[in-house]
Amino acid sequence: MQVYNGKSVFGGIAIGKISVYQKGEQQVKRVKIADADAEMERYAVAKDAAVEQLQKLYDKALKEVGEANAAIFEIHQMMLDDDDYNESVENIIRTQMVNAEYAVAATADNFAQMFASMDDDYMKERAADVKDISERLLAILHGTDSNKVDTNEPVIIVADDLAPSETVQLDKDMVLSFVTVHGSLNSHTAILARTMAIPALIGTEALPLDASVDGKLGIVDGFNGKIYVDPDENILTEMKAKQQEDLEKKQLLQTLKGKENITLDGQKVMLYANIGNIKDLATVIQNDAGGIGLFRSEFIYLEREDYPTEEEQFQIYKTVAETMAGKRVIIRTLDIGADKQCDYFNMEHEENPALGYRAIRICLTRPEIFKTQLRALFRASAYGKLAIMYPMITSVKEVHRIKKIVEEVKAELTEQGIEFAIPEQGIMIETPAAAMVSDELAKEVDFFSVGTNDLTQYTLAIDRQNTKLDEFYDAHHPAVLRMIAMVAENAHKAGIWAGICGELGADTTLTQEFLAMGIDELSVSPGSILPIRKIVLETNVTDYKKRKAE
Amino acid sequence: MKEFKYVITDAEGIHARPAGELVKLVKSFECGVKIAKDGKAVDCKKIFGVMGLGVKKDNEVTLSFDGADEDAACEAVSKFMQENL
Repeated sequence: MQVYNGKSVFGGIAIGKISVYQKGEQQVKRVKIADADAEMERYAVAKDAAVEQLQKLYDKALKEVGEANAAIFEIHQMMLDDDDYNESVENIIRTQMVNAEYAVAATADNFAQMFASMDDDYMKERAADVKDISERLLAILHGTDSNKVDTNEPVIIVADDLAPSETVQLDKDMVLSFVTVHGSLNSHTAILARTMAIPALIGTEALPLDASVDGKLGIVDGFNGKIYVDPDENILTEMKAKQQEDLEKKQLLQTLKGKENITLDGQKVMLYANIGNIKDLATVIQNDAGGIGLFRSEFIYLEREDYPTEEEQFQIYKTVAETMAGKRVIIRTLDIGADKQCDYFNMEHEENPALGYRAIRICLTRPEIFKTQLRALFRASAYGKLAIMYPMITSVKEVHRIKKIVEEVKAELTEQGIEFAIPEQGIMIETPAAAMVSDELAKEVDFFSVGTNDLTQYTLAIDRQNTKLDEFYDAHHPAVLRMIAMVAENAHKAGIWAGICGELGADTTLTQEFLAMGIDELSVSPGSILPIRKIVLETNVTDYKKRKAE
Repeated sequence: MKEFKYVITDAEGIHARPAGELVKLVKSFECGVKIAKDGKAVDCKKIFGVMGLGVKKDNEVTLSFDGADEDAACEAVSKFMQENL
């Protein structure tokens, strides 16, 4: 057994035969021709065919991975239509009297060279786009289809690198996973792989692409970034169990994916995902979330030495907004303090941090930190449907203070001529105080999201970390449930929506109760979305209410 | 002949996607359109040329328009730059 490490692009387990993918590396010969016009005609026909292929890929990608990710195929079409590129090809054909293949290959080298020499990593990677379109042309000119995986059973594709068009063309029924020796996490391939939700690894540098791997049994462990070649019995058994678990989730997904979250009697609910890191985006899409209901922005602050800059934050929020392609993304502003600490914030030791200096309290007293985050969020809002949620609110006064800071940030951005948009703004209801004044708070904000973990802890005065208190703890305590019902009612009276983003939201024994309360949104870990959808689809809220009243 | 200058505010500069959108927009007009950075001007209807300029954040670019529908083109491109770049 051999084990190779790489970076995981997407989790999941694949077990199957390994197939080493050989690029249709076109052997381009320089051949003299007699009729330049005829050769130009060959080129024109090939170019039209290539544009047509790209249009199909664009349509396919648009359906599968969204507009932002499909755009690359539109750009490839424009590249093929670029006059400089075409003139270069024509010039080589006519002046040297050579075949179109040679002219395309030579032109591709020159243009790729131009990008590769730019002092910008992003532009350097565009050399791969030039190669990609040129190889497509060459394949058509040769009359070969280089991008087919020739197999009659599903395989693990192992390759040096894969162009975006190759990834999207992989016949998914025949591909269990793909593993590339090269490729970066920012390459189109990695992004597409994530949105397509195929277990995949990149950067498996030590993995040989020869007969020692080709045709062998392999296991890709996308959770741990490993590929096993010729696995031994123990690993095989362990991975099969892991795969089975994963498979059961996927089967549920198959039957429930794409269905609307609507009860038998027609009540709708939004099912969103909670995430704590940009890496989780793939599972959000894989589990068919309607949006992101809680994006914990803390990860940007934790595990680092100094405050994240506006630019760093902007890039992250923009990526999320674009990846979710128009679906709502609710980002919770900085919520550190209590059990989440950052050294560089230099916070004083507290006797009782859960009731202490945390979340919005830090933001309101250290507005420079808050403003940096708001600027990044407002700027990123121009790229998708972002919403902001403020944590640990206890009073209307705090909301007024937030609004004042928001106005200042708006004025600054406007004055500086920086593009931005104002997202929807809501608050978390996670203190009993906020629940009690939710009627007044509802007039000030666009939505509520109930953070049940803190709300329960503060309402019952029970620290959940303390196991001695387990016998006193009741997750379904009527005090908490009544508060949630009250929050929903007050929200609706003011014409705004109310959701739940705490752990209770994922408690399937309460789903019907929440629907009866008229909760508009449940935001849960991505893996809980489909189990909840299943319950929603089987529920009749009217009957449930009737049964309860009896 | 019309022209305007613009300083890029988008963090990524004119990368592949906006370059593609810009070229698509410009191609919808008859007039000739050039985009220049640091004195180097390229045809704005050619995506490789535009991307090859390597325009980044805070760079100043000059857009010039020459032809029958130059007024409309200038206005549309100016709007596009402000909204997207």
